[in-house]
Amino acid sequence: MNETATMRTARRFALLGAALVAPVAFYPIFLMKALCFALFAAAFNLLIGFAGLLSFGHAAFFGSASYVTAYAAKSWGVPPLLAILAGTVVAGIMGVVFGWLAIRRKGIYFAMVTLALSQMVYFYALESQYTGGEDGIQAVPRGDLLGLIDLNQPLVMYYFVLAICLLGFGVVYRAIHSPFGEVLKAIRDNEPRAISLGYHTDRYKLLAFTLSATLAGLAGATKALVFQLASLTDVTWQMSGDVVLMTLIGGLGTIWGPVVGAFISITMENYLAELGSWVTVIQGTIFVVCVLAFRRGVIGEVVHFVSRRQRKPQLVDEPGIHRAS
Amino acid sequence: MKRRSLLAVGFAAVLAFGAAAPAARAANDKVVIGVMNDMSSVYSYLGGMGSVAAAKMAVHDFGGKVLGKPIEVIYADHQNKPDVGAAIAQKWFDQDGVDAIVDLPTSSVAIAVQQVAKERGKVTLISNGGSSELTGKYCSPTGVHWTYDTYALAHVTGKAIVQQGGKSWFFITADYAFGHQLRDDTSAVVKAAGGQVLGSVNVPLNNADFSSFLLQAQQSKAQVIGLANAGGDTVNSIKQAAEFGIVKGGQRLAGLLVFIADVNALGLQTAQGLMLTEAYYWDQNAQTRAFAKRFEAAYDGKVPTSGQAGVYGAVMHYLKAMAAAKTEDGVKVVAEMRKLPINDFMTHNGKVRIDGRVIRDMYLFQVKSPQESKYPYDYYKQLAVIPGDQAFRPLSESECPLVTH
Repeated sequence: MNETATMRTARRFALLGAALVAPVAFYPIFLMKALCFALFAAAFNLLIGFAGLLSFGHAAFFGSASYVTAYAAKSWGVPPLLAILAGTVVAGIMGVVFGWLAIRRKGIYFAMVTLALSQMVYFYALESQYTGGEDGIQAVPRGDLLGLIDLNQPLVMYYFVLAICLLGFGVVYRAIHSPFGEVLKAIRDNEPRAISLGYHTDRYKLLAFTLSATLAGLAGATKALVFQLASLTDVTWQMSGDVVLMTLIGGLGTIWGPVVGAFISITMENYLAELGSWVTVIQGTIFVVCVLAFRRGVIGEVVHFVSRRQRKPQLVDEPGIHRAS
Repeated sequence: MKRRSLLAVGFAAVLAFGAAAPAARAANDKVVIGVMNDMSSVYSYLGGMGSVAAAKMAVHDFGGKVLGKPIEVIYADHQNKPDVGAAIAQKWFDQDGVDAIVDLPTSSVAIAVQQVAKERGKVTLISNGGSSELTGKYCSPTGVHWTYDTYALAHVTGKAIVQQGGKSWFFITADYAFGHQLRDDTSAVVKAAGGQVLGSVNVPLNNADFSSFLLQAQQSKAQVIGLANAGGDTVNSIKQAAEFGIVKGGQRLAGLLVFIADVNALGLQTAQGLMLTEAYYWDQNAQTRAFAKRFEAAYDGKVPTSGQAGVYGAVMHYLKAMAAAKTEDGVKVVAEMRKLPINDFMTHNGKVRIDGRVIRDMYLFQVKSPQESKYPYDYYKQLAVIPGDQAFRPLSESECPLVTH
């Protein structure tokens, strides 16, 4: 094991340790929410950061999974793990269908197709009798994990959510660091070349889209149990916009960027709430500053700075930023 | 490299120290009332900081202290997102020692926060939130729904207008669950009161162009056009109805969810002739005027909306009940609130029912024409008073589990 690997392992353990003790210092509900959004942003980043596909309809997967989970847990009394699984699977199936339609187009058209499809989901959620319209599905029971552990304890729920999110991050990490991930990056950087090398790029894109939708669904499903509700907020286009914002603030195409971005965004949303009408103004200002001053996002800038000092320019993937070689 | 792993370990250490430090728990040496509403977007004009001002007025009028403890008012913006509202509520109750949350517009947020409060035995006093489910399916032993609800708006408007001679109706309905419910509730009342419904047209939510729908309404020759929509849709439909000369042509507009702030935004020229139901209007009598005058002094010269007036009344009644019950315990205070009759500037012999619904008289108003309006905010003339027991959903129809049939 060389020094870099040792350091990386140490850093991972430190982060895991921090995540384990965090609920003592911070409010568990806040942490759980941030974790769910971090997973959502990581799933989104898998698509835009590594496959170069900007989806503007990810709220459809996030929200549908949260509705399905809430409905299953409340109306059918399904145990929490199964309810989350149900939501995730539904999001995955929607991902296949939406992806199959959307990957036929590129760039802005791709984004518009995903937006249009997600608006259909929004209007379905608004009018359907199953979703409770604008009241949403409320008072969803969290239930018992495997019939043994009561999830109504905030700390227990926190570790449950942490485990699910770590699983999700693990999947993203594996996907990025696999041959599949390398092909995705090749498609992102130069699709015609990837085709000429013999790759069926559409299959890779569809798989990436489905994987991203499934993980977004996992995040939404978990969030429904954390807050014990599913509502229209989760399927609006603003939610699709929020996840773009989180990813941009944190750093597009970096592993930890979306996680940091989600924490920043959720912190603002929660802790600025007590400033009343200034919330949106401050959020807007911070976003503008981020975009103007750190184009690579918080983590992107850090990695860029470190790698420049070490003269190792290959450490970070920077879509959209021309790399001098 | 070493430095970086040191940094990481340091980060973990800081967190661990944070963990070791005693969590900041609010000492139970004061009574805290949290005003939670929309302060930055579509519903901010109904409650917003005005509700905070109203809550502070009530605390001041009560004497600033209850059970020998000072009373503090804090506030937050729930941004109309139920998860943000629920997270703030949980933090307020668990860490900041909040005893009651007031106002809560946007029904999904109100229901979510009421659930959080219910689990902890804490109090919700809902004023601007409208969903009648708050005292139905989702009712709570510690929840009080103070000012109005959608059931009352539909019923009072429907019934009183038929009694005023508006026998035939046509609905312009926002095409989602809420709009359908408003239309169905109102239609039922109109028919029961001897009127007839000539037709209804569904309009997509957040629609900009109402012309074809208004033409259908005009051609139906119905005496009354009911607007079963809310917010921007209501404002747009009223504006465009004025452009089509619908009110001047002899038909009447009935808004099922319109407040004085909407009328103020529309202007009398556009809104004249519109009929609507509210729980409070500042110019009803000497008491309502006195409250409005004090409120204006406290809040930038703006007249109170019924929701803001309701916040004052709810906080005052809550504090009175707390003093009478001699405890901060949410369940006991709300039980005491049910026992005490409500009498203030806007409510006469009101009462809190077992499901949390406040029973009060509701009023049917008509918006004045610019010629009739003599001074600023002279907007409404009162057409009818509907006694509380006829305005709200009877307990016999309630889905609330607290009600024993």
